[in-house]
Amino acid sequence: MNDLFTLVDWSRAQFALTAIYHWLFVPLTLGLGIIVSIMETIYYRTGDERWKTITKYWMTLFGVNFAIGVATGIILEFQFGTNWSNYSWFVGDIFGAPLAIEGIMAFFMEATFIAVMFFGWNKVSKRFHLASTWLTAIGASISALWILVANSWMQYPVGMKFDPETARNVMDDFWALVLSPVAVNKFFHAVSAGWVLGGIFVVGVSAWYLLKNRENFLAKQSIRVGAWVGLVGALVVAYTGDGSAYQVADKQPMKLAAMEGVYHGKEGQELIAFGILNPAKEFNNNEKEFLFDIPIPKLLSILATRQVDGFVPGINDIIDGGYPDKNLKGEEIIALSAQEKMERGRLAIAALADFNTARQNNDTTAMNEARARLDANYEYFGYGYVDSVEQLIPHVPFVFYSFHIMIILGGYFILFFILVLILSYKEKLHNLKWMLWVAILTIPLGYVCLEAGWIVAEMGRQPWVIQDIMPTFAAISKIEVASVQTTFWLFAALFTILLIAEVGIMLKQIKKGTEKK
Amino acid sequence: MELNELFYQHYWWFLISLLGAILVFLLFVQGGQSLLATMGKNEIEKSMMVNSLGRKWEFTFTTLVVFGGAFFASFPLFYSTSFGGAYWLWMAILFSFIIQAVSYEYRSKSGNFLGKKTYDAFLFVNGVVGPLLLGVAVGTFFTGADFVVDKANLTTPGAPVISSWTNDWNGLEALLDVRNLLLGITVLLLARTQGALYFMNNIKDDTLFERARKQVLVNGIVFVLFFLSFVAATLMATGYETNPLTGEVFTRPYKYFYNFVEMPWVAFMFLVGVVLVLYALIRSVFGQHFTRGIWFSGIGTVLVVLSLFFIAGYNHTPYYPSAADMQSSLTICNSSSSLFTLKTMSVVSLLIPFVLAYIFYVWRAMDKKPITASEMESNEHKY
Repeated sequence: MNDLFTLVDWSRAQFALTAIYHWLFVPLTLGLGIIVSIMETIYYRTGDERWKTITKYWMTLFGVNFAIGVATGIILEFQFGTNWSNYSWFVGDIFGAPLAIEGIMAFFMEATFIAVMFFGWNKVSKRFHLASTWLTAIGASISALWILVANSWMQYPVGMKFDPETARNVMDDFWALVLSPVAVNKFFHAVSAGWVLGGIFVVGVSAWYLLKNRENFLAKQSIRVGAWVGLVGALVVAYTGDGSAYQVADKQPMKLAAMEGVYHGKEGQELIAFGILNPAKEFNNNEKEFLFDIPIPKLLSILATRQVDGFVPGINDIIDGGYPDKNLKGEEIIALSAQEKMERGRLAIAALADFNTARQNNDTTAMNEARARLDANYEYFGYGYVDSVEQLIPHVPFVFYSFHIMIILGGYFILFFILVLILSYKEKLHNLKWMLWVAILTIPLGYVCLEAGWIVAEMGRQPWVIQDIMPTFAAISKIEVASVQTTFWLFAALFTILLIAEVGIMLKQIKKGTEKK
Repeated sequence: MELNELFYQHYWWFLISLLGAILVFLLFVQGGQSLLATMGKNEIEKSMMVNSLGRKWEFTFTTLVVFGGAFFASFPLFYSTSFGGAYWLWMAILFSFIIQAVSYEYRSKSGNFLGKKTYDAFLFVNGVVGPLLLGVAVGTFFTGADFVVDKANLTTPGAPVISSWTNDWNGLEALLDVRNLLLGITVLLLARTQGALYFMNNIKDDTLFERARKQVLVNGIVFVLFFLSFVAATLMATGYETNPLTGEVFTRPYKYFYNFVEMPWVAFMFLVGVVLVLYALIRSVFGQHFTRGIWFSGIGTVLVVLSLFFIAGYNHTPYYPSAADMQSSLTICNSSSSLFTLKTMSVVSLLIPFVLAYIFYVWRAMDKKPITASEMESNEHKY
């Protein structure tokens, strides 16, 4: 068992490492793609050559970022096979489809039209070129759609049933997957977060030019486009963030409890605007939750249940059960305790074993009986692999702080973009040195915020790789720990080197500006 | 119902084969990368070749990714068994493509940290390792691999993993098999030959044209020798067969030879493909300034690879035989997705002709004018 956990830890570390790197570059591709498309549209409409220069300038940075996004992306798809082999079989029937669709619908579109975008200026018409730039940006968003459909399904598995004969889950409703409320929210939340980062990046880089009194036309115009895209993005992020929180409360209550550090839930639950967690707090001791906190009365109940006095369960409530709840079908039930769920999970696994035996013996009666037991307990199948209730609680400090960093920065970005737009239209921005510095220093904050969001979503759902159906530690491949350790360090080294190269090139290109050689 | 499912399993094996075949054709990019140092004697020449390949590399890369995604969606048991088991073989392939993905964009940009030579070395490594190891990996479709699949493991909470590898080499053992190596080297030499054919088509430069022609001759001859050896070894080999009623797997001497005999249309396709490739090679080497060799050899390659995938997976042949436990062998029937998923994905696959059409349209629009030395000296975006 110990060996298994080490292997799981390394496999998780490798997936986290590669995903964190990938998520450094993808949002900028999404955001900058839209911004460059808008800029080229302005050039197409006005015929002003200066806008062509602006478009080509940001396109160069887009290309540098895009390449490393591609490099860090390929491994993620194949890692489901290499490191999460059991997962790939158990749910591959459902999970593989969006990945394949992503390739067919999005990757070819990006690969084809990005070549026109960079090399087609003198080879195709202005109109064709503009269409290609938009298609590249749209392709990136379609790609995000399908990978987020896949991810959302892991958090909220719908549109499927378990097939005991092949020992896996099979799809039975494609549209339930695609249109699940979690998927819709997640798609708009993640893509608009990309717009925010694109806006922050363009505004920040342009601010540096204004500080240096260079590229004034480019900088001033880019700031407006960037700030508008960023502001729209930030508002959509806020709206879908609220939607996401509601979905999490409904489908992943343990994640919500960890996000807010709630151990003992109540009706009219307060939201912790910010707080310092008490490191001594465990779910089974009586320490207080926070060393310091700023609560806003009732707000969490409103956000999570849309009712002022709605009940929000805490970590202990979820472990102990006994509160009124809804099941996946939306029926009112009394929540089971973790122990009861684990019991039901074991019944489901035992029923599957009995089904296999009966099938080998061609005993139809026994097969039907085992199948009925399996169906009755399947919604808790994953709990059957869990040994102790502690395993069911995610890492609270990680999730709590990431969530609060994300929220605070998200709020700040809205104010930031509004301020930038006001100052820009009043023609005051270029004279305000402090504000230009703020804009430059906001760039790293954008990355911090987006990574924090990813950590909330992915750490908060642990121990589940598929909510309630399969814990992460049952999803792995059977390989030597040393192999995964080795590839982990290889990826860490390689991606870090590539990141240094990417940042180096970006800085050189920014320094160079639009000057010809 | 039964027939229906079989139809979709065959249809999806066809799509996987098609993606694999197009991928092998597009490996001309890798082959071209492996020729950069040999053929480019100065920066301008090298620059022409890199930029010529640089406008195509994403197609190869994307096809590889889609090949993986489509395999996952249609035959998930292969995905979980092979990728998780032959860990090091697949990881080596992936590493070689990761370093490729940044190299074009970064090689000649200032501030690139590693220097142009390193990125060109990355392109070379990918150019050799990519085709070689992909060939070796596909070789295991004919030679088998050491794995066991036991779905009952799912009910053992301490050790629930279904697929396991039975040796400690985790895929590297495939390099010790002669037939795998023959196929790996064949794919590499084919990629180099087609890389040279592509240069003859895409670059307008007399010196490079002559050098490319020489590469076609040298790589082409060795390629044909390796290809014939692989084909001979495969046709003589004892393969596996499944009893369609019981699913039981047994060995059958000359299995792949009989697959050609029992599916004569596949044999015909194979022969047409071989003739097209040979025609492309001969005309490119001996013809007067023949630039369209890449198209003939490309279509020929697609046909040959398709027919090899067909004899690997059709006619009750396990496409991924297990040498460790024959009954664990994967067939297109026992490793496929459910009928529902295959059907859903089949609807999505109707987009493929549309995708091919716009790729073709854009490719033509962009390649109307071949690459020239003067374009490399202009101020436009280049690698």
